[in-house]
Amino acid sequence: MSLNIDRLEQEFQAKIDAGHNIEPKDWMPEKYRKTHIRQISQHAHSEIVGMLPEGNWITRAPSLRRKVALLAKVQDEAGHGLYLYSATETLGISRDELFEQLHSGKAKYSSIFNYPTLSWADIGAIGWLVDGAAIINQVMLTRTSYGPYARAMVRICKEESFHQRQGYEIMLTLCRGTQVQKDMAQDALNRWWWPSLMMFGPRDAESTHTEQSMKWKIKRKTNDELRQQFIDITVPQAEFLGLTVPDADLKWNEESGHYDFGEIDWDEFWQVVKGNGPCNKERLDARRSAYENGAWVREAAMAYADKQEQKRLAEVG
Amino acid sequence: MSTKNWPLWEVFVRSKSGLEHRHVGSLHAADAKMAMENARDVYTRRQEGVSIWVVPSSAITASNPAHSGELFEPAQDKAYRHPTFYDLPNELKHI
Ligand SMILES: [Fe+2]
Ligand SMILES: [Fe+2]
Repeated sequence: MSLNIDRLEQEFQAKIDAGHNIEPKDWMPEKYRKTHIRQISQHAHSEIVGMLPEGNWITRAPSLRRKVALLAKVQDEAGHGLYLYSATETLGISRDELFEQLHSGKAKYSSIFNYPTLSWADIGAIGWLVDGAAIINQVMLTRTSYGPYARAMVRICKEESFHQRQGYEIMLTLCRGTQVQKDMAQDALNRWWWPSLMMFGPRDAESTHTEQSMKWKIKRKTNDELRQQFIDITVPQAEFLGLTVPDADLKWNEESGHYDFGEIDWDEFWQVVKGNGPCNKERLDARRSAYENGAWVREAAMAYADKQEQKRLAEVG
Repeated sequence: MSTKNWPLWEVFVRSKSGLEHRHVGSLHAADAKMAMENARDVYTRRQEGVSIWVVPSSAITASNPAHSGELFEPAQDKAYRHPTFYDLPNELKHI
């Protein structure tokens, strides 16, 4: 029996090494399945919970142009959540179980969404930095080994670049405005910069999943590599805005061809992961109440569908 | 609280006339009408399609990857089904 499993695992690894994708009905190690359920659902939850901080500003967007753009972006994030929940379900877990894991706190979502959106500039900073960081991660994941996840990522990446551009345009408009507007943009950058860097996860040395994830081609770059890539891309964009990145140690390193940067507050990172961020409770409460208060709608729709089906069967009787 | 879950549907979209419908993903919906509306909102927000099919996932019979050998290997040794199998002189044109 275990000999058989060994052989299957070898064949599985050979397939991945040869650059083939794994599809839902293919044999896969239990740990590959579990890791994917955890990772893809965590990604799906992040898309869904991520609608909350931005949704906060839809009714207060400063113009109709901004409002339709933000509305469309938030709707996209709902779509991203749906693509990803569907991809997770191909691994043999139900949508209800996934929601249950989110609502009970068993499943995580990206900690960035546990920070509050205090001003309109935060909507600019989120599109620019948070979607920007997400894009770096997601572009890598278009080549991940699990087929349904990779395909969802291709679709998502096509939609993300509008998110980042609308965010940057908000920042640019504020930075070209009055001093008060520019201060607002700087304040948003100050608050969102470090949490954005934390989005890439713990340092490679502390990351428990990295080695296996690379071997299975779930990830193709490490947390630190992705974080560096984000910083290198984003710092010149901040300079273009005339804003200051809130990091005294940030400096271009001619030799390495990358920016050196200061130490991330990992204490804060772990505190927010553990549920002690400024909005953890608020976010989960919002998701739970949406689910619970929507239960009667889901039941009524199903009852109606069943009734229509009975009627149809009686007619063809 | 939770009763019966909404069933799963597979969504196929024709991106423009002249092309075939292609599988784009899946979604949950109580009935075909809702599946169609949700498919419109989830998969064609940027004019990705001119026609949608929704099919209950339970109606699909899929081949089993464990049986791929029996299913697909017989085609491997039938090179005579390809045009390059036939030896014709190079100077011959349009064939
Ligand atoms: Fe997204
Ligand atoms: Fe986004």
